[in-house]
Amino acid sequence: MALSKDPGQETAQEFEHSLKENARQLVSYLENGEFAEAVLVIHAINQARDRGLYHEVGKLTRALHSAIVNFQIDTTHALEEGNDSSKITDASDHLDYVVKLTDKAANRTMDLVESSAPIVSELGQEAATLRADWERLQRREIAATEFRDLYRRIGDFLAKTEQSSSAVSSQLNEILLAQDYQDLTGQVIKRVITLVHDVEESLVSLVRMAGQVDRIAGIEHGETRATPKKTSSKGEGPQIHADKREDVVSGQDEVDDLLSSLGF
Amino acid sequence: MKILIVDDFSTMRRIIKNLLRDLGFTNTAEADDGTTALPMLQSGNFDFLVTDWNMPGMSGIDLLRAVRADERLKHLPVLMVTAEAKRDQIIEAAQAGVNGYVVKPFTAQALKEKIEKIFERVQAK
Repeated sequence: MALSKDPGQETAQEFEHSLKENARQLVSYLENGEFAEAVLVIHAINQARDRGLYHEVGKLTRALHSAIVNFQIDTTHALEEGNDSSKITDASDHLDYVVKLTDKAANRTMDLVESSAPIVSELGQEAATLRADWERLQRREIAATEFRDLYRRIGDFLAKTEQSSSAVSSQLNEILLAQDYQDLTGQVIKRVITLVHDVEESLVSLVRMAGQVDRIAGIEHGETRATPKKTSSKGEGPQIHADKREDVVSGQDEVDDLLSSLGF
Repeated sequence: MKILIVDDFSTMRRIIKNLLRDLGFTNTAEADDGTTALPMLQSGNFDFLVTDWNMPGMSGIDLLRAVRADERLKHLPVLMVTAEAKRDQIIEAAQAGVNGYVVKPFTAQALKEKIEKIFERVQAK
């Protein structure tokens, strides 16, 4: 975002300059008793001050606006559902997209795991029964008719194992592919971070500029009220940098320690 | 054994449901926040409650307090499974009468341990 390093500085200088000029004129009008003219000069000074303020606010607002407008990437092609005409145009839509994509990937992964799990457990169960009979065979406890049955069952089992393992391995592959959301969402989140950073920078500029204007205009502000403390009942979500903070536990072990210290 | 799983994210409910099924608990129901969970608890004969903390509508800690304040539900075992990891919050949950506290991200093992411990304690009473 193109913003001057020290916003308001130029405006302030311009204003000070015109203030000096006008002050000289004001004094001379007053000395000559031309009061109507003097009032006009005072009015002009006020106008110059307001003009400078509006000019700076306008400049920064435009910069902010263009930062938000420029924040556009077309992610519709990656979204299968939804109408293709919908262009994602703002950060919250972008983050919604991230939520949607991660949700889809998580559910896809769980679908695949849920469909693989019974295949594997069925195979395991059959192997266990076969092994029991196999051991009986090794101990020569099996009759000829039973052996023919075992012989057939082992053949079936081998065919089934081949089939099942190829099914499971293709599902594992799909699980792997379902993780592609990380790349897509990562890109989107990075862009949102850039936007937030740009907006923050603009706001800091605006605050600095407002400070300049206050200085020129001689405005003093009362104490700002402290923001009310957040109630804990809503919760705060995951803690970032938990390992560096004293008031946050960094894992289940610390939770257990804390609870047992409370007599749990 | 009928278990209610309360979390605003369907994926997390599904993960917990799957883990519970692995542990042999197949009779589960789901709710997406305290406001929908409370009437279910009041009319559904649940034996166990697994709840998140941070949810829109009624949060998990408020749900826990409502459960403890309800004459018919006050002995229901409650396990909190949450990303809330501040010491103050864990103490708050303990004071509100939680039976177990698991922080996200968690392992299947941690969930299993806490659930078993809660049932041991409930049965010993």
